[in-house]
Formats: sequence, structure tokens, C-alpha cells
Amino acid sequence: MLLRHTPKEIAHREALNINPAKTCQPIGAMYAAFGLHGCLPHSHGSQGCCAYHRSALSRHYKEPIMAATSSFTEGSSVFGGQANLVESIQNIFSIYNPTVIAVHTTCLSETIGDDIPQIISKAKADGKIPNGKFVIHANTPSYSGSHVYGFANMVNGMVQYFSETTQNRKNQINIIPGWVEPGDMREIKRIALEMGIQTILFPDTSGVLDAPQTGKHVFYPKGGVRVDDLKTSGDSIATIALGDTASSPAAKTLDTKNKVPCHIMGLPIGLKATDRFVNALRTIAGVNVPESISDERGMLLDMITDMHSYFYGKKVALFGDPDQLVGLTEFLVTLDMKPIHIVTGTPSKTFEKDIQDILGPDTKANIHLSDTFMLHQLIKNEPVDLLFGNTYGKYIARDEDIPFIRYGFPILDRIGHSYFPTVGYRGGMRLIEQILGALLDRKERDSSEEKFELVL
Amino acid sequence: MLGNNGKIDGFSGINPIESKEELIKIYPAKVARKRAKHITVYDREEGDPPEIEANVRTVPGIITQRGCSYAGCKGVVLGPTRDIVNITHGPIGCGFYSWLTRRNQTRPPSDESENFITYAFSTDMQEKEIIFGGEKKLKQAIQEAYDIFHPKAISIFATCPVGLIGDDIHAVAREMKEKLGINVFAFSCEGYKGVSQSAGHHIANNQLFKHVIGLKNEKNDAKYKINLLGEYNIGGDAFEIERVLEKCGIELVATFSGNSTYEGFANSHVADLNTVMCHRSINYVAEMMEKKYGIPWTKVNFIGAESSAKSLRKIAAYFDNAELKAKVEKVIEEEMKEVEKVRAEVKAKCEGKTAMLFVGGSRAHHYQDLFTEIGMTTVAAGYEFGHRDDYEGRRVLPTIKVDADSRNIEELEVSADEKLYSPRKTEAEIEKMKSKGIDFKEYEGLMSDMAKNSLVIDDISHYETEKLLEIYKPDIFCAGIKEKYAIQKMGIPCKQLHSYDYGGPYAGFKGAINFYKDIDQMVNTKIWKEIKAPWETEPQLSARYGSE
Repeated sequence: MLLRHTPKEIAHREALNINPAKTCQPIGAMYAAFGLHGCLPHSHGSQGCCAYHRSALSRHYKEPIMAATSSFTEGSSVFGGQANLVESIQNIFSIYNPTVIAVHTTCLSETIGDDIPQIISKAKADGKIPNGKFVIHANTPSYSGSHVYGFANMVNGMVQYFSETTQNRKNQINIIPGWVEPGDMREIKRIALEMGIQTILFPDTSGVLDAPQTGKHVFYPKGGVRVDDLKTSGDSIATIALGDTASSPAAKTLDTKNKVPCHIMGLPIGLKATDRFVNALRTIAGVNVPESISDERGMLLDMITDMHSYFYGKKVALFGDPDQLVGLTEFLVTLDMKPIHIVTGTPSKTFEKDIQDILGPDTKANIHLSDTFMLHQLIKNEPVDLLFGNTYGKYIARDEDIPFIRYGFPILDRIGHSYFPTVGYRGGMRLIEQILGALLDRKERDSSEEKFELVL
Repeated sequence: MLGNNGKIDGFSGINPIESKEELIKIYPAKVARKRAKHITVYDREEGDPPEIEANVRTVPGIITQRGCSYAGCKGVVLGPTRDIVNITHGPIGCGFYSWLTRRNQTRPPSDESENFITYAFSTDMQEKEIIFGGEKKLKQAIQEAYDIFHPKAISIFATCPVGLIGDDIHAVAREMKEKLGINVFAFSCEGYKGVSQSAGHHIANNQLFKHVIGLKNEKNDAKYKINLLGEYNIGGDAFEIERVLEKCGIELVATFSGNSTYEGFANSHVADLNTVMCHRSINYVAEMMEKKYGIPWTKVNFIGAESSAKSLRKIAAYFDNAELKAKVEKVIEEEMKEVEKVRAEVKAKCEGKTAMLFVGGSRAHHYQDLFTEIGMTTVAAGYEFGHRDDYEGRRVLPTIKVDADSRNIEELEVSADEKLYSPRKTEAEIEKMKSKGIDFKEYEGLMSDMAKNSLVIDDISHYETEKLLEIYKPDIFCAGIKEKYAIQKMGIPCKQLHSYDYGGPYAGFKGAINFYKDIDQMVNTKIWKEIKAPWETEPQLSARYGSE
């Protein structure tokens, strides 16, 4: 047993986090920045932060993760990081020539109180920012929120720095996709395009973190939202923000700053959430849903009705980020499965209520803001048939012998998550394939010889 | 033309001086001046290696391989120990990123034995603690860890904000040690200390020396007792070295710190020889143990079959026992049979190919031996966090200037232990051994093994990496996860020498076989030839679809 010291009895803990179900803000800001075309993320802090974030994102995406750091020393920690950041800005534009540098802070630079907008102004005044180039920032103190907040803050920073209002409303909709994979962002764009709707989707890591092998390292791959397009987000007719935690701050800023009305909704994971998303697109844009999209819906529904008996009543534990967990829980309930332990490490005011609303008032489940040590203990107390979570879940799955589906961030030991979406109807189909595969592999493994059949 | 070590002099007519110019051309003048000092061309015929700038600040804004002090302390040195509860005091990120990512394998004696390697412990510091201090929460966290796990030791690792807000983690450790009756000790390894992971290694060494080594005094009657320092059991390396040593009848008292235990550290002073693998990360412990306990240290290298054999012979020579020497020779002979067989097969396919190694503080040197064994030449190499002595050899130690960034890392004053100091060899014996070619307290450095006209680059930047690849087009580049995918996008395979791309072990004899095979697979795969699609290489067909 690799988690042999995890006891079944749950003791109250106030200070010690064990095996977290979250990480810190800056990595989310770094990920979001890759969704801006020609952007180099910059970590304002010690080298280790940047190294850790680049490593984690490299392992998850198996793609180049190019990002710079202010390389704080003890001296800069005492005297402030202004000199380091100004020098960084100058060097980055000279050497790596990005269109945008997206600066995020760390617990170090936040604790000493570096004023990033003031430092950017100084760099600009000193002529360190070439014409047509931009330096944007987000405050991402590691000691509050989680990686999801860092993502949300950087997306918000994009709006604060770039969105513009002109006199001409554009017949386009902003979509803030939330912290989802490049393949998911691609799928969301495809659905809108299929419906004949013009969108500005940001951040957009498709075409950046799923770049093709060409024999050349393209430092700024062709994907990512263009600054010029992002500027027009202030003229869009509406914003659809997918995922309250990751996307609502930017959507609200667009509303107050540019008077673009925002619609905050859940990630389109599974049948019902995708229905709501498609319906929102339809009503906001004033279009009809094309037959092709209805057909996709029908295919997903067909898969569910064909295989429903395999899902019915199966108990599930899941951990991850609130936006994903809400969507996934709803989909599992649609399949008549039973999510009984749901744990996130990311603080969210609405998480518990959202999940309980999906489950219904009479259904009891363990819904916690906690860590995966706690989740493991919950599973020991009430076992499950299936576990969803990031790669770290594999240790729980192995010890408790539970079928396991990798879902969320980070997935360090498998591929596919960045390419094949889990959003939209097609994403739902992929999730069903994964769930059924996991359940049936287990059933086949556990069947006796006389019960083992061609079709189980 | 073959140079020393059978390596090829000059690389396809590329002028290394011009290459160096090319690497730094793009930099602003000030940066170019700084970086120029980190890039050297070594012409061995001109005597001692040239001076290289190392262990100084990375230029801000440069994309660097380097990490931080916390990573070197918690991640590298203490990470592989299985029975200490390592609590990260700080916001959640640092504990999260150092959780299971370094592939430290471990082998507890039973299914019930302590193994905390799979756990990440953190105080998950919040804004409240940043403002009002985190000592209270830290104490509480230690208490909770003790109540749940009852470990024999708990250690605390500081992250950046801890030093800034002034939490006294050492006072907390003392208080909790007294309260709980187990060893509790702390590391002030804030990420901003020093200029790289290297500062963290030093901090880890100091605290292990102060708080753990020598605490236990269990008699060990084995005849040939050694410690292995600076071996972290990535991919099972330590297991392979343990296997070979056991076969030779050499007792391994403690490893710092692959597959290690708290008690192993505590009793490590009973060994009669300290063998040092990674000089950079652990030489401080070796030095201090010599002063306090009288244990001499010598540099070994178990990366490479020839180097492993050489290291075993060195250990046998130290103990100077005919039976041991014979045993070691027998083991080497046995092990080399399979090694030679695979080596010959792989060498036939790899001979003449080129490699570059930019990694760590010893691996960029050690792994050259494995490449040499299969006929491959290292055309450029350098460390991520090495010091001048790791490049030029320890002879330059007296001339190294200590700058402000290194001065803040504590240097312990160590003297002979009143009870436990016992010189294992007299000075005369040591001198006699030296005359027979056994070196003590010596490390020749990476440059001593580089081929003529090769480039040695310290703290290479990403820009320099890409330029090097463009100029030299090596057959393989060795680095880490952050570099891997950019390099491979350029059509050149990248071998991770931190994680071994999840393979290994690569140490010892079986490890050498694994490495030969893995490199063969990487440099000889035909998949890289598929980058161009047929329609990019074949001329447009003249006939048009449906034109018949």
C-alpha cells in the first residue's frame, strides 16, 4: 500500500494540508497567458516558481512551455523587485521578441508589495517597451485562492489591459472558456462556428499547447487569441463566461468596463450543460440550432440510452476544480450514477450549493473543501465504483482497487486530454467511452471463468 | 583524429569560438558581457582548464533551467528519505510541485514500514498568516502530523514568504521537539536564497549534519563499511549500486539520500569511508564528517560501466584487503560479460554520433562516460547549478570569490568530536595511498574530460540552447523536462537526465545496459524522418483529379 499511513478514522485538521487538491495561483496565470498569441508569460519572483510551473505544464502538455522569471535573489527580496522586472522586460523583448509579456506575481513579490503597474509604467517611460508591444499583469498571490484563481486573474488582466469600446457594436460573442484544455477550446469554437456565430474566445490555448511536430520550434505558435481581436471584445454583443470560478471576473469586468452583458454559466460538460450552452448561444445570437448540432446531441443521448444499465447506481468519488466538478457531477447524475464524495481544494462560495442542487435536497453526499487525503478517508468509509481526478488519484485508486479516470489538472502520465475534448456533446461521448471502458475493464478482470462472456 | 579519451577533435569543422559569438550575439551588451564569461572553449593542449563563471545570478528575463533553494533542499536532498514527515511551511504550490515529481524510488523493509514519500504535507499558508505570522499554524500542523502519523522525525521547509514575514521556524522546531519527544528540525531554504538549487543543497547538508548525523551510535561490525553520498535513487539507481556493493561484500551504512532512512543518516558516522557521487550537492557533508569523525572521502562515479568498475576498485584499494580486491575483480568480470555484449551491439549503431549534456551539477559530467562507452562524443556540456570547482576541479577552491548571494548561506564551524572522532587512516597511510593513485578530497571537474574544442557553458539559456542545436545538430541533447519538448520540436531527441524519461536505472552495470539500449532507441529511431509529409517532398503531380 503506497498510502499505507492514511487511516480510516477522520481526525479534524486545521493547519495541515495533506496531498492537496489544488496548487497555487501563478501556474494558472501562466497557463492562461499561453492563450494569447505571441505572449511570453513572466513570473515575478524566485526562479523556482517559474521552474516548477514550467515543469508541471510541460509534463501535462508535453509541449514547449516557454516562460521567463525575474530571478529574485535575497537582495531583490529586501530592496524590491523593480530592477529585476525592468531588466527582465528589456531582455525579453531583445532576446525573445514577444508581442505581449504577461507578468504574474508570486507569494514573494506579493509579500514584499511590489507595485507591478508602477514598474510597467517605469519600463514604458524608460523606453524598454517597444512600440506595438505590450506588458500586462495580474496579481496572483499564492497564499489565497488556488491555481484556478490565478487563471481567472490573468484572464481578467487581459480584459483590463486590452478590451476597448468603440461606437460600433460588433455582431460577435465573447466566450471565456474557463480553465479547460486546448481541445476543449477548439471544440467550443467549432460548436459556435457550426451555429454560424462569430466569437472571440479567450484565452485560447488551442494551436499553442497542442502544436504540431514540424521539425521547427515555433516560439509563438499560430494559435492564441490575437491582441487586435481581444481589443474588440469590448464591442461584442455579449459575453458567455463558462465556469464561475475561472471565468466570471473577466466577464464582469467586460460588463462594467465596456457594458458588454455577461452570461455566467457552467462548463458545457455532459448533456444538460451543453444544452444550456447551445441554447444560450442560440438565443443571444438569434440563430437556429443547425441539424448537425442536434444530431451530435442525439448521438450522445443514443449512447446513454444504449448503455444506461451499466451506469445505473454506480457510486463515484471525484476531486478537482469547482467548475469541472459541478459539470461532471451533473453529467454523472444524468447517467443515473451516484456521486457520493466530491472534494475540491479551491475555495468557492457556491460550490457546495451548486453540487447539492444537482443532487437534489434528499441526496446525501460528502461535498468538501479539503484535500485528497480526506477524499481517501471518505472512500475508506464508503467505497466507490469509480474515481475521477488528476494523476495523483492513481495512488488512491491503486490502494483501494478502484477503476480510475484521469480528469482535471494535472495529468502527468497519460496523453489525449489536451487533444480530445470533454466539453460539448462530443466531449460527453468521449467521457462515456472512458467511463464504460473503466467499468467494463474492471468487470472483466473480476469475472469468474464461467461468468466471463464475449459481451459482459 | 582521435584525441584523449578516444574522443574526436574538432566537430565537423565548426569553429567553437565562432559558435560562442553566435550564441551571445543577440544579447544586449551588458548581458552579452556577462554570458561570455559562462561560455568557454577548452583546448586541453593549453594546460589547465580556463576559468568559467559559475554559481552567480542568472540574468533576469533569461529563460533559465534553474530552480530555487527550496527545490534543492526539500526536493533533491531530503525528498528521497522515506521515514521523515517533510512539512512545507508556505503557500500550497511549493509542496504540491515537489510531490512525487522527482522519481525517488524507495524500498521499505516491509509492507508496514514507514514510507511517507507518497505524501505531500503543507501548512497551506493563507493571507492571514502572511499578515499575522505563521508560527502558530506551523506548530498546529506539526502536532496534527504527529497525531496522525507518529513519525520518528519531522522536518520543516521554509518557502519564500516565511523568511520575509520573520517566522522563526527553528524556534518552532525546538519547541515541538521538546513537546513531542521526537526529532524536529527545520531548513531555512527560502527560494530566494543563493542563485539556484545549489544553495538549498548546502542548507540541507548543514542541517542534516547539525541535527541528525551522529545521533545514533550503533556498532557495525562489517569489515568494509562505506556511505554513498550524493546518490538520489532516481529510477532505482541506488538499488543497482546497493546490489553491486552487496555482491562485493561492501556494507553500505547510509546513502545520502536515495532509498534512505532517518536512522541511516543518524548512524552514518560509523562508516569508514565516504564515497561521493554528486560532488556538488553533498561535498559539504563529506567535508564536515571528515573533520568531526575522521572519515576520509573520495570521489566515485557509478554512472558508466567502466567508471563503476573503477569506483569499486578504488573502494577495494582503500580497504587494502586481498580478499576484497579479488572479490571485486570477480564481480566486475561477471557483470562486464553482459555489459560488453550489449555495448558492442549498441556501439556498432551509435559510433561517431554526438551528444550534448546540460543538466544538474554532476550528471553533465558523469553521463559523458556512458556516451563514450558507446562511441559517442560530447561536443558541448555544462551544469545548471555547478560551481567553478565542478568545472575546473577542486584545485581552484582557494581562488573562488564568495559573492553576496553565496555569503548568506551558512558555513558551519566544525571541529573533531570529543568522543566520536577517530581518524580511519593515519596521515602517512593516506599519503601512501595517494602515491598509489587513490585520491582523497579530490574532484577533477567536468572540463578534465571534455574533448578538445568542445564548448562548456554554465547555466545555459534557452536561446543559447536553440542556437547550439542549430549550429551543431547533435544526435541527442540531454537536459530536463522544461527543455525536452522545445528541443524535440526541432527534430532532435532529448533525453531527460533528471527523470530518465521514466526509465532507468542507469547506474552500475545493469544501468549501463539500460542506458545503451535507451540511447540506441532514441538516436536510431526512424520516426524523425517522417517530419516532412509526402506532399512536401514530392513534386506536384501533373495529372489533375478527374481530368481524364
